[in-house]
Amino acid sequence: MENSPLTLEAKDVTVTYPNGNTALRDASFSLEGGTICALVGVNGSGKSTLFKALMGFVTPVRGSVALNGRPIREAQKQGWVAYVPQAEDVDWSFPVSVHDVVMMGRYGYMNFLRIARASDRTAVRNALERVGLWELRDRQIGELSGGQKKRVFVARAIAQGGRVILLDEPFTGVDATTEEDLIALLHELRLAGSLILVSTHNLGSVPEFCDHVVLVNRTVLAFGPTDEVFTPENLVRAFGGVLRQFDLASSTVHDHDGKSVTVLTDDERPLVLGKRGHIEYRDRTGREKLISDREKEDV
Amino acid sequence: MDAFLEPFRYGFMLQAFAVGGLVAAVGAVLSCFLVLRGWSLMGDAISHAVLPGIMLAYIAGIPLAIGAFASGLLCAVATGWIKSNSRIKEDTVMGVVFSGMFAVGLVLFSRTPSEMHLDHILFGNILGITPERMIETGSIAFVVLAVVIVLRRDLLLVCFDPSHAKAIGMAVKPLTYMLLVLLSLTIVASVQAVGVVLVVAALITPGATALLLTKRFDKMIAVAVATSVGSAWAGVYVSFLTNGSTAACIVLAQTFIFVLAFLFAPASGLLRRRARA
Amino acid sequence: MNWLVPFHYEYMVTAMWTSALVGCVCGVLSGFVTLKGWSLMGDALSHAVVPGVTIAYLVGFPFSVGAFVSGLLAAGAMAFVKIKTPVREDAVIGIVFTAFFALGLLLISLFKSRVDLKTIILGNILGIAAGDVVQLVIVSLVCLVVIALKWRDLMLFCFDSSQARALGIRVGWLHVLLLLLLSATAVAALQAVGAILVVAMLVTPGATAYLLTDRFGVMLIIGGVFGAVTAFAGAYASYFIDGATGGCIVTLQSILFVGALIFAPKHGLIATRRARG
Repeated sequence: MENSPLTLEAKDVTVTYPNGNTALRDASFSLEGGTICALVGVNGSGKSTLFKALMGFVTPVRGSVALNGRPIREAQKQGWVAYVPQAEDVDWSFPVSVHDVVMMGRYGYMNFLRIARASDRTAVRNALERVGLWELRDRQIGELSGGQKKRVFVARAIAQGGRVILLDEPFTGVDATTEEDLIALLHELRLAGSLILVSTHNLGSVPEFCDHVVLVNRTVLAFGPTDEVFTPENLVRAFGGVLRQFDLASSTVHDHDGKSVTVLTDDERPLVLGKRGHIEYRDRTGREKLISDREKEDV
Repeated sequence: MDAFLEPFRYGFMLQAFAVGGLVAAVGAVLSCFLVLRGWSLMGDAISHAVLPGIMLAYIAGIPLAIGAFASGLLCAVATGWIKSNSRIKEDTVMGVVFSGMFAVGLVLFSRTPSEMHLDHILFGNILGITPERMIETGSIAFVVLAVVIVLRRDLLLVCFDPSHAKAIGMAVKPLTYMLLVLLSLTIVASVQAVGVVLVVAALITPGATALLLTKRFDKMIAVAVATSVGSAWAGVYVSFLTNGSTAACIVLAQTFIFVLAFLFAPASGLLRRRARA
Repeated sequence: MNWLVPFHYEYMVTAMWTSALVGCVCGVLSGFVTLKGWSLMGDALSHAVVPGVTIAYLVGFPFSVGAFVSGLLAAGAMAFVKIKTPVREDAVIGIVFTAFFALGLLLISLFKSRVDLKTIILGNILGIAAGDVVQLVIVSLVCLVVIALKWRDLMLFCFDSSQARALGIRVGWLHVLLLLLLSATAVAALQAVGAILVVAMLVTPGATAYLLTDRFGVMLIIGGVFGAVTAFAGAYASYFIDGATGGCIVTLQSILFVGALIFAPKHGLIATRRARG
């Protein structure tokens, strides 16, 4: 079961709120397990609506979201859909310990009274050890550092056995080390076959760790592997005038390494595109072949 | 026909119309700020918290209004202080502080032999107001009205967007305290005339009604005052005819207007929206 | 003075034990109320049950049924108005509860001879009828059992309702369940301390417990014990203080809250000052 292939498919999802505002129209895409996918769009683009539709929080007026061909509500009952909230949505002074929070991921497996069994405790322990927080299990959640706070909720998703894990703006207000730790953790989960969806407006970090991208602006503009989707044309369509574009062809960068780059930034980590619109990666390990291919093209 | 005009023949009824209208007008103006600031519980809290002050002032033999004012302000300040110095949320702190103060007031009340009627403090005695009380209520109400009208733009910005107000160099903290002082004064002026219950409603409902009817702040104040004064008069009148509690009748009249606005407001009314859909 | 005198009277013994039971239920529930930020809701429901209680007394129905229906109507009205208007939630709650309370007052003032205002507003546990005691005990025990069974779900609902939804748990039901519990305990507390002070019973124990522990389960237990002990002691003290049972209970709770606020080992003022250096 754990290793059965996983597909998530959104088909013509249209969401209209009671006030008559259609936040999302005919959004379609499909993804498979073993993927880290970024959900990219500006505020108000319907990104969070799509997120909610994927979690089953809003019901589309038209279209459907299916996990392995079955409606999302059924998947919820199996505990397949796990969710990592934005840091600012959490009441950090709530009187619960790290262990309590991770145990909340197991509620779906428990009986009516939510009394933990041995299997639940094992799952919580495994999850906490995996994120390196077992030693801190009795801490009140507000007493953790920023990175530890994130990892508690990822541990909850692991304990839940979530096969689709949705992270809402996981990198806002997080320092670089924390971000890298979290990314490493997500890579491990991806290798285990999970489908990880990250909503973000931080363009720069997307190519570093997401192999797929869904670009949202009122609908799904484009989806697929990051290399194909993250083109300047698509990004301008998704972000409109929000992005500032610098062409550094004749600047110091050019003199420095003899290549021209384009930097797209929305004031966070910048996205750097090569002369032909390729993504410039900060971390080149594992991408040697791609880079050498490009260098051949450049010649 | 005569029966309908009868209420206007009595001096105490005319007085009730005057005081009711005045208190309703001041409450309505403040309610616009409170509704926008999300401080609806604040009016509730302060109006209950005046009780121990009234009792202590009575025991000490100083004017009750001074005790009430001090005690109401103490509630507001204590709430703010505990909130910023502990982990407890604002609404909880407010609930703890005002109910605690009210309880102390009750214990003092039952330990102090007095001529006072608790009923009158809680539910007012608008039909039996003495001339001195009229003057007291009237002058406090005029002061509050004048200050609010003069400072309304500053107060609005402080309620609507405190961080922007701070950014453009406005004295946010003093203005916030000013609002609390005005609120306490209003409550002191009205409690003895119309009672705690009516004050709470008078500080919420008119502002909310006006919010449904208009999107402009100056208009909102005008609408709030108009509906509030209108319902105060209607309430006093109806209570005379039915012999029911005056404060209750006024509150119900205000609610009735709110329901009408809720159903028929031009922009956001329920029926309008349904007709459009 | 003989300190054991209250125990010689059957009505005092009944009052003390009934208060303790009601205090315990309210104390346990106050953990949820404070963490969910529902203090105003507790205050509102305790006022909103008044017309139901009045009508129940008038037509000779069990008061708890009347109160319950009226509380639910109010909660429903709040939810409806909140969804349909741009008015903020706190203002909506304020409008609805003052309207309900005013309706209750109007009814009481119209049928003065048959319903005692003081009983409803200030509670009258010392003079409670045997049939009412039975109702209180049933309501309290049912609430305790329900909380004991579902507290983990309710905790998740208060802490992270999105997670509950992601697990396919019916969040709407939990919301309704918590409202039902709140209405039921408000009804019970009404008899013990009266409509105005119910909010203290539903907030102060939870706020105190929140200062003393970082574990949710422990917080519920502290809240329950705190509520039970203060209610018992308050009822006992009211024998000596002329019947103001509600005032005594809540004053006691407030004193202990202030004690916890200052001296709590980790979250008290002294401890946080010291930690800050």
